[in-house]
Order: sequence, then structure tokens, then C-alpha cells
Amino acid sequence: MNSQEKSWKEISPAGVCWKPSTQFLTGDWKTYKPVRDLAKCTRCLLCVIFCPDGAIHWKPEMNDIEFDYNFCKGCGICANECPTKAIEMKLE
Amino acid sequence: MKSVVKQEVLALNGDEAVAYAAKQSDVDVVAAYPITPQTIMVERFSEYVANGEVETQFICTESEHSALTACLAASVTGARAFTASASAGLALMHEMLFVTSGCRAPVVMAIANRALSAPLNIHGDHSDTMAQRDSGWIQIYVENAQEAYDSVIQAFRITENPEVMLPAIVGLDGFTLSHTLENVRVLPDDAVKKFVGTRQFTTVLNHEGKPVPFRLDPENPTTMGPIALPNYYFEFKRQQEEAMKNALKVISEVNDEYASISGRKYGDGLIDPYHIEDAEIAIVCLGSTAGTVKSVVDELRAEGVKAGLLRLRTFRPFPVKGIVKTLENVKAVAVMDRSMSFGANGGPVFQEVRHALYDSSHSPYIVNYIYGLGGRDTNMTQIRGIYNELQQTLKKGRVENLVNYVGLRE
Repeated sequence: MNSQEKSWKEISPAGVCWKPSTQFLTGDWKTYKPVRDLAKCTRCLLCVIFCPDGAIHWKPEMNDIEFDYNFCKGCGICANECPTKAIEMKLE
Repeated sequence: MKSVVKQEVLALNGDEAVAYAAKQSDVDVVAAYPITPQTIMVERFSEYVANGEVETQFICTESEHSALTACLAASVTGARAFTASASAGLALMHEMLFVTSGCRAPVVMAIANRALSAPLNIHGDHSDTMAQRDSGWIQIYVENAQEAYDSVIQAFRITENPEVMLPAIVGLDGFTLSHTLENVRVLPDDAVKKFVGTRQFTTVLNHEGKPVPFRLDPENPTTMGPIALPNYYFEFKRQQEEAMKNALKVISEVNDEYASISGRKYGDGLIDPYHIEDAEIAIVCLGSTAGTVKSVVDELRAEGVKAGLLRLRTFRPFPVKGIVKTLENVKAVAVMDRSMSFGANGGPVFQEVRHALYDSSHSPYIVNYIYGLGGRDTNMTQIRGIYNELQQTLKKGRVENLVNYVGLRE
């Protein structure tokens, strides 16, 4: 157990969140990570729409997408939905 | 007591007394589903709503699971919520009982205690609430319709106390109390409204680290009870145990404060002993049976037998200290259970009373009597029989049968 974690006397009741979910990294839950073939990707952004965790971001300044591996749980929905099969799920 | 307020006497059955108490307690939301023998509570309350006698939002849900869910949702926004059920209805709420206590939502629920199927039985016993004893709810068992009325009012004060913040069940024996007419002294509306007051909120830190009132409020957003993994879940459960410990003190304080306006007091709020000081033999029981036991104690005392009664008013939190202290000079104890814990070598009240006495320097003979299942009547002759057997136990110096059944055909 992490010594940084609080005791039962220090935390709010009823599981009230004392920090935002952005500080609760869930990316380490995954077994497979999505890896993109840049040659096949058409930037259609379907993966951005389908990602159930909002872990694929559209970066207008780069004119490209970016996987946020801090929150990607490796569900593979993006790879399944990609019309050009540009995403492959690879064992981490 | 000087400050006791003038009270009207109404002819009410237990269910009506509960509905009347809820009516006076400034309840914001009632969500309920009818089930015998609780139905009258919901019927009466819906009449109050239809007549414009209350400002309560009344929600007719499609099931008890939804009724409690609606009450929980209302309660976490800061509303005062009340519901009522029995038997299979309470069983259907099972999942949400834990969510309600885990969210620390001070919902008050009256239960007209009834047997569980199968076989189907609509009559009184404690199987329904005893099956929910580990759900994190305070449990108060009342002796008569008057106490049902008083306890519902008190329950709002107990549950909403910032040191408690736990939901509570007020249990009244099905039919014996729920459907039996009694003279009930009721407080004036304004006295009850003043006693229950308005909900107070503790302060919690939200996800931005900002202190906000502990309620769901669009102006001060918080996220309540979404998930806790192995690194935190345990800590939240430990908090609930602490709240139960705090409830011991709060229930007693509310009992005293209520006595100062009503003139009615139920022991120390947790236990209600009768002729126990010099008793050699005693019965421990819950609910309306205590009335029958008291009549037998009176008879035995007139005959010179040192008999006593310890009625447990709260089963959760379990009043260990009071039980140990009260039974310290008693030589033989009979614990009465109106439910069974199949395969457990005795009913739940017996197990816990016996467990409480294990660390006591004093170790009386202690036996269990299972009685009254499915509404079977338990009369004075049978109670007298229990006291007689306690005397026999003392004479023989040993317990013949640890678990006994009252009024069962062998």
C-alpha cells in the first residue's frame, strides 16, 4: 500500500472524489495498446468518436490524432472501427 | 417535566402513527410501493398529499428497488426522504440498502415486520429486517404504536446528525402493531417541525479541492460514491463503522431531548430494561413481545420471583455496553428471536447477546427461544414457561437445550 494514500480519518465520506478523474490514470489497466500505421490512416477521426474513454485526441495544430496512453484501457474498439485497418492492437 | 407540550390523543394503528409522524416531520420526498402490512402507511401519506396537508413530492414507483433508489437520489441532493416497506419489498431493496448507507444518505424507512416467503406468509416476524442487519442501516424496533410514532420523528434527527449520516429502519411488528388501534399521543405540528429542524450539511472537499456542502448541488458540483478500488474501499467501510459507534451516543441524546418535549422516554434510547436491577432471571427481546413479557414480569414479581426484562430498542448499532452492564447480576438469561438464522445454532439476537457477554466478567446461563414465526401468537403462558425453565436451569446448574422453540408442535 502506497504511504501517500490517506487514512479513513482523512478522507471525505461516501466516496466523494477529492481529486478530478484526470488525476486518476487508468492506462495501466491495458494489456494491448493501439498502434497506428501512419501510411494507412486517413485522419477520418472515427476512432476519436468511437473511443469510449475519450483517450484519442484530435490535435488541430498537428493536423493529426494522438493516443493518450494514460487513459487508453486497450479495449480495441478503435482498431475494430477503423475503416482502413490502420490501427493494430499490440501486446504491451 | 415543565417544558412538555400539550398533546392530542388520537386513535391510530401503528401504520397510521408512522404516517402521521412522517407528515409532521417536514419530509420533502416520499417514494414508496405498497406491501402488506405496511400499505396503510403509504395510503395515509398519499391522502395527506392529495389533501394538500403536506408539501411532499410523492413518487409512486414500480418497485421497492426503485422506491429506495428515488429516496437515495433525493436524499443526496439534500432533501429529507422517507419510505416504508416490509418482507419481500425490503428484500427487493437489498442492493440499494448498501448503496444508501454507503452514500451516507439519511433516509428513514418504516418496516412493518413480516415473514419472508416461501411458503407465502403476510404475518409478523423479524425475518425481513434481520436478513438486512449487515446493510449499514440503523435498526430501531418499537414496542407499540406510540413508540412507532415517536421513533420515526427521532429517526430524522438521528440519521441527519453530521456524526452519523446513516439511514435508519424503524421496525414495528406486522399486524400486532401495524394494524392494531391504540391511543397515541401526538405532538403539535410546530413542535415536531421544530424538533426535526432542517438538514445540516458537513463540508467535504470536492474534486477541485474546494470545500463544499456534502450534497449534490449544481452550484457546487461534487462526485459521490462513483468507485473505490482496493486501495480505498476499505477506508470508506471503516468510516461507516465509526458512524455506527457515533450513533450509540446520538440515539441516546435524541431520546433525552425528545423526552423533554414529549414526556416519553424509552430507556436510554438503546435498551429499555424493566425490573432488571435485582433480577435473577431475565428475558431479552425486541418489539411488541416486550409488552407481553412485562405483564408476566408483573405477575412473577407479585409472586416474589425476581424476574426481569431487557428490551433491545436498537439492534444496529448493537448496544454491547448497556447489555453487559444491565445483565451483570442476572444468573440466567433467555434471548428471544423472532427470526431464524438457519444452521447458525441460534437466532441473530441470541448470537449477538451471547457474543457481547463473552468478555464480561460475569457469565450467566444463556439460552435461546425462537418464537412467533409467520405471525404465530406468543402468549403469557408461554412467556411464563420460559421463566420457569430459567428457574429450572438455575436449580440444575446446567443448560438443557441451547436453542428452544416456543409454541412449535413437536
